[in-house]
Amino acid sequence: MDLSQLDLRLIGVWFNNMLAGAGLAPGIISLINWVVGALLLLIFALTLAIALIWIERKLAARLQDRLGPNRVGPYGLLQMVADVLKLLTKEDITPLEADRVTYNLAPALAVFQVMMAMAVIPFANGVIGADVNIGVLYLMAIGSVGAMAALMAGWSSNNKYALVGGFRVVAQLLSYEIPLVMAMLIPVLVAGTMRMNGLAEAQGGWFGLGWYVWTLPTAFLIFFIAALAEGERAPFDLLEAESEIVAGFNIEYSGMKFAWFYLAFFLNSWVLAAVGATIFLGGWQGPFVAQIPALGVIYFIAKTLLLFFIQAWVRATFPRLRIDQMMSFCWKVLVPMALLLFIAVAVTLKLGLPQPVQGVALLGLNLVILLATLALVSRAQKRSVGAGKRAFAPELPRL
Amino acid sequence: MLEHYGLIGALALIALIFPFVGVGVAWLLRPKRPDPIKNSVYECGVETIGDTWVQFRAQYYLFALIFVVFDVEIMFLFPIAVAFQRLDMMQVFYVILFVVLLADGLLYAWRKKALEWQ
Amino acid sequence: MAQQALFLIMAVFTLGMALGTVTSRNIFHSALFLVGSFAGVAVIYFLLEAEFVGVAQIIIYIGAIATLIIFAIMLSRSVTGQNGSPMNRQWAFAALGAALLFAALAWLFSRVDFGSTAQPVPEDAIALIGAGLVTEYVIPFEVASILLLVALVGAILIARERHS
Repeated sequence: MDLSQLDLRLIGVWFNNMLAGAGLAPGIISLINWVVGALLLLIFALTLAIALIWIERKLAARLQDRLGPNRVGPYGLLQMVADVLKLLTKEDITPLEADRVTYNLAPALAVFQVMMAMAVIPFANGVIGADVNIGVLYLMAIGSVGAMAALMAGWSSNNKYALVGGFRVVAQLLSYEIPLVMAMLIPVLVAGTMRMNGLAEAQGGWFGLGWYVWTLPTAFLIFFIAALAEGERAPFDLLEAESEIVAGFNIEYSGMKFAWFYLAFFLNSWVLAAVGATIFLGGWQGPFVAQIPALGVIYFIAKTLLLFFIQAWVRATFPRLRIDQMMSFCWKVLVPMALLLFIAVAVTLKLGLPQPVQGVALLGLNLVILLATLALVSRAQKRSVGAGKRAFAPELPRL
Repeated sequence: MLEHYGLIGALALIALIFPFVGVGVAWLLRPKRPDPIKNSVYECGVETIGDTWVQFRAQYYLFALIFVVFDVEIMFLFPIAVAFQRLDMMQVFYVILFVVLLADGLLYAWRKKALEWQ
Repeated sequence: MAQQALFLIMAVFTLGMALGTVTSRNIFHSALFLVGSFAGVAVIYFLLEAEFVGVAQIIIYIGAIATLIIFAIMLSRSVTGQNGSPMNRQWAFAALGAALLFAALAWLFSRVDFGSTAQPVPEDAIALIGAGLVTEYVIPFEVASILLLVALVGAILIARERHS
């Protein structure tokens, strides 16, 4: 058997040949392709969400020495099915003074945002909803819709906690979007393309040595931290902050509308993990992927689950930051670091070094910037603690 | 180019309709027994006092303004990053000048303690 | 054909949203209508195969400017949550001004030759934009940077809460 035939793209070719064989016009065929592709992405996302919620609950439980769901089905696998049924049959309470249209639109927009992000995730070489030229910017644009959903939910609930939660989340999402996107800009600089599949393609090489995480580890670190904040995950889950603002912007939501926010939260985490895996961990790249293209799907899903696992691990382990700590960490550490890294990488790329030397130079540069930042932060922190100030309010070093 | 956006358009339509389908199914299944207490705003069991839409602090606005500036900067940097392999050293210098000018703004905000969340 | 139909739908949507922005009694709703109108314009850009402009429209106008407007609304206590009438004594003059502006723009656009040819958009259009920014348009590019810097400094000077 010819293993190179194990290519998911061939399913699309077969499907199109079948449609053409049925004598349909080309316009109709592409219309069918689009709708079928969109439905496939939707079904995949829903199945994935159920799996992710189970994984995260089980993981968090084990990390905190609990059992987690274990009653419904083997290992509690059917717990999520039961939960979905429960949420479907729960009474849907809308506060009397709520702004009804905005209130009902907000959860739909939250789901809309994650579903749209699915379109540019490359699952294997060429297996991608739409490989648009503006891939990375498309993701950034979609992210701004998510902030709008939180703002609408917080405002329309007519609840002070929801309003504070909504505004906090927007301040957080806006601030961390800058380091997140700056970190994604650096691989784009190296690869010379914004297409998601192109970025994964550019990271070929002998047994994963071409992955950008090896040459640009600091960019990956900035991306990962900012992704935790963009995914509204601990230690950046101030918008939930059960102990201060009860649950944040979605406090008044119940039943299915709450379920949509819940689903959007988990899928958002996965999408961020998938983007990280594509841009920094080589996406579908891996051993023998050129010979057996279908392996790419397995590599890609494994990498995304690894990043999702680390996110869940962090969530189960770290306490929450205060809002002032969170904001100063973003603007005083991550953003300057990303700006510096951008300039350094841009100059290094233009020196015209041969390929392996350039990689080593980039790695060295990244490590120098990372270590220098760590040293500066720890010095600033020592000084502010010594001066009796609040912990972590780094001052600009005297020039 | 537009053929790429066909799927995105189809997905956008489906993704906008689908959440309402879910809510619609729930509407058929769920109980509907509203009463004034249940439908009042949930603020930890205490009756809500005063107007909800309170005045917010200028801090939020300031951070949003700083964000707008950097957002626009990044919009410029992305196409340049894509074209980066075609640029010569002088043009790279222009890009760096652009970034440094804005980093200046960040430095100013830092010095003026505008980055401090009070 | 399908493209024209989509354009018409989006144009009507955009205009409807814009109308909602100026006639809504609730200022937060006005802001949301404005977001809808921005989104409609972005879709029209995509239909014109200007994907970079379209995505910039979403990122800057919906992601940044709209949020800024909403924050500004929440800052001004006197208007939040009040359902005042959008009509005041000057509405007739405002309508006249808007109509005049529209006429001037329509006249201008009817005279400009946009050089529309049947050429397809080049595959590397974004790289061309990027290269253009640092070659042909390098002065506006750097001036934009200075403009952004001035905006930042001005914003900090005005919006910063006074330390006593």
